[in-house]
Amino acid sequence: MSVDAATVKRIGRLARIRIEENEVETYRGELNAILGFVAQLDEVNIEGVEPMTSVTPMALRRRDDKVTDGNYAEAVVANAPLTEDNFFMVPKVVE
Amino acid sequence: MTDLTRLSIADARKGLDAKTFSARELTDAYLAAIEAANPALNAYVAVTPDKARDMAEASDARIAKGEAGPLEGIPLGIKDLFGTKGVHTQAASHILDGFKPGYESSVTSNLWRDGAVMLGKLNMDEFAMGSSNETSYYGPVVNPWRAKGSDTDLVPGGSSGGSASAVAAWLCAGATATDTGGSIRQPAAFTGTVGIKPTYGRCSRWGVVAFASSLDQAGPIARTVEDAALMMTSMSGFDPKDSTSVDLAVPDFAAAVERGVKGLVIGVPREYRMDGMPQEIEALWQEGLSWLKAEGAEIRDISLPHTKYALPAYYIVAPAEASSNLARYDGVKYGLRVTGKDITDLYEMSRAAGFGREVKRRVMIGTYVLSAGYYDAYYVRAQKVRTLIKRDFEQVFAAGVDAILTPATPSAAFGIGDAAMKADPVKMYLNDIFTVTVNMAGLPGIAVPAGMDGQGLPLGLQLIGKPFDEETLFAAARVIERSAGLDLSPAKWW
Repeated sequence: MSVDAATVKRIGRLARIRIEENEVETYRGELNAILGFVAQLDEVNIEGVEPMTSVTPMALRRRDDKVTDGNYAEAVVANAPLTEDNFFMVPKVVE
Repeated sequence: MTDLTRLSIADARKGLDAKTFSARELTDAYLAAIEAANPALNAYVAVTPDKARDMAEASDARIAKGEAGPLEGIPLGIKDLFGTKGVHTQAASHILDGFKPGYESSVTSNLWRDGAVMLGKLNMDEFAMGSSNETSYYGPVVNPWRAKGSDTDLVPGGSSGGSASAVAAWLCAGATATDTGGSIRQPAAFTGTVGIKPTYGRCSRWGVVAFASSLDQAGPIARTVEDAALMMTSMSGFDPKDSTSVDLAVPDFAAAVERGVKGLVIGVPREYRMDGMPQEIEALWQEGLSWLKAEGAEIRDISLPHTKYALPAYYIVAPAEASSNLARYDGVKYGLRVTGKDITDLYEMSRAAGFGREVKRRVMIGTYVLSAGYYDAYYVRAQKVRTLIKRDFEQVFAAGVDAILTPATPSAAFGIGDAAMKADPVKMYLNDIFTVTVNMAGLPGIAVPAGMDGQGLPLGLQLIGKPFDEETLFAAARVIERSAGLDLSPAKWW
């Protein structure tokens, strides 16, 4: 499988990374080099093999469904580039 | 007075307890060394002298009261990936511009609990993506080692290149690092230092900037096996805040260092003998085996048939997880923001400006392999191959093998700006060919200096262990360290 210019632009949009027109060809070449490299996995017989979901033999730990943290909105927004009254500010999203 | 920065952690602890020197004096010696060397090596991205002196004075007070912790007064460098409260934490990325967390990572909290002193934050590949420390927003780190008769700058390896360079050049007594595909062990091998990636789950990931969560593990880089063991004991431990942290008692790793290898079975995987591997790497490997044999280990040929598929599977799994983890950098919650005409524009422009090329490449690959129609062909297949890679190791350990010896890297350190690696991302990825299997299987692995190449550059060997059996790795690595008897002092040119 290899990607074309349209696919590079589509991935860029999905990844929310602006790809300039003059970058498309470089990305296309690099992504195809990597996809070419990983294509050797096609020769592995994976018949009946379970995909790995946990590298250690343990079930994901669960905690009690209780509030254990919070109430520090100021600290949460402290690093944000633009805030008002402890809200993150973004360009208008609803007309 | 002797140069305090040359002391091992173990010896510095003895000197502090005997009051031969104070923690403040030790910290001042390191701060002076950083000031003199960092313009040339670029190992630190932020130095915290006031904090370091405050912590050192607090250590002196505890030592005076007889309340010294296991790492009391030991000055450490911290990889920029670890969240440190109120201090520069940017994963060496432009997108985290100005980020100072309001929390402290669990691993660094453990170190401060045990009395260690923070000197500052260490350079690294951006978001830990790289094998040469050239992807950092803050510029490349320089390896203190140079080839004989050459003044060419070499890479320290990556992604923990700042950690490795700082430890090798005596700019900290030890450093924290992280390893997703080889990022502790490869730079350790390139700089003549000791680096261990513990078993997945041994060190908490809480408060560490995430790259690929199912592979990321923290560990130390230090100048001796004993020092690495001392740091490992403090860094490890169960943490309820990390859902994959394992609730297991932490051994006194330093106590295992002199245990020896008598009666151990050391496996030699035939698949690690790569085509075109330099003769000196092969010779080093054989020498390592003969040292272990001379001390009573049994050497056994083994097979790990899926080895060659680990790196391609990694380059699906790691970018996939990264594309998901790095979705949080959106120009809204923290860091760099580039204003656009609407919210989507803001996201796309902020991420285009804030991420470097390697990071963008990996997020793009990850997005592609997770996208509709490709998920089964790439991601699910890679996770199945990962099951087979882990099974290879399980079968070998079940057959009685205690640890596996391999080369750590396919070569010694290379030059900054290497043309061949620049032209082909896959060539750079091949640096991790011997280390990445260990992350895929969640196993512990240690890199230990074992020899020098023809140009006088350090070369390392890697030992791979059973899950949660880091003690055997420390014991076997110590035998290699002692048998090699190397002078690991790079000639000071900086």
